[in-house]
Amino acid sequence: MTDTKPRIAVVVFPGSNDDRDAALALESLGADPLLHWHGDGDLPDVGAIVLPGGFSYGDYLRAGAIARFSPAMKAVADFAADGGPVLGICNGFQVLCEGGLLPGVLRPNESLSFVCEDVPLRVERADVAFLTRCEAGQRLTIPIKHGEGCYFADDELLAQLEDAGQIVLRYEDNPNGSIDSIAGVVNAQGNVMGLMPHPEHAVDPLIGSGSTDGALILESLVDRARERSFAAA
Amino acid sequence: MKATILVRPKPGILDPQGKAVEDSLKHLGFGVDGARVGRLVDLEVDATDPDQARAEVERMCAELLANPLIESYEIELAEGS
Repeated sequence: MTDTKPRIAVVVFPGSNDDRDAALALESLGADPLLHWHGDGDLPDVGAIVLPGGFSYGDYLRAGAIARFSPAMKAVADFAADGGPVLGICNGFQVLCEGGLLPGVLRPNESLSFVCEDVPLRVERADVAFLTRCEAGQRLTIPIKHGEGCYFADDELLAQLEDAGQIVLRYEDNPNGSIDSIAGVVNAQGNVMGLMPHPEHAVDPLIGSGSTDGALILESLVDRARERSFAAA
Repeated sequence: MKATILVRPKPGILDPQGKAVEDSLKHLGFGVDGARVGRLVDLEVDATDPDQARAEVERMCAELLANPLIESYEIELAEGS
């Protein structure tokens, strides 16, 4: 079934700006991406959903706080509750946290500066749907570009996340003040993941620093979407 | 009714904006310490009964205006518009 392309929805909010990059990257990795407008609560049949980066609603109030009320987000929540894989990248991560689909919150960077650079990450767990093509302990180089990427969880929540193995990616050199250098987390069920780095910008060796490590994450997602789409076939 | 909602970063939460403001004030020669920057929301609620209005604004805070993980809030209500 590997020659069959799974459909993956990329939700477009007003202010998303990495939606097309995400779709292009997914397409190059064997998926059939479709851009889905946030105002449409009727989600087509897909194998996975990506919430892309950007500045939905101008990041007003708190990043992601307003986008979570989009009609499409209700469909995303239902899809996630049914076990469907959902990946939130940067602003998508913020939306998932504000919407309660992921624990914690993203705050303005400790430095108050926008950071835009390639960063080394450590894969903490490779047995979650989004990282199956990686190995635990593997070092990935993926770019970040954000002003509000400082992950925060209070002591109780942090201990809980640690115990449950929900911290899946960490920065090797903390660029934004995130607690415990957290770069990516999954929900308790393991089917929703959010990360601040942009895997879709590290897929093509001709773009950026030449790292293609982002493909490992997105291909893991495509694998999972394929399994879900064609499990019955 | 008029409602004023004051949203603050919770104590102990790092507030980089407050820190930047404090540093700037110090730079200007002011003797200040512990600056924290929050947010103020003024709005009018349709409800005319104070209890009902307060309950409504509480829900607004829980659902949108504040994130309980990092922010606390205070609500002030006043008659008229």
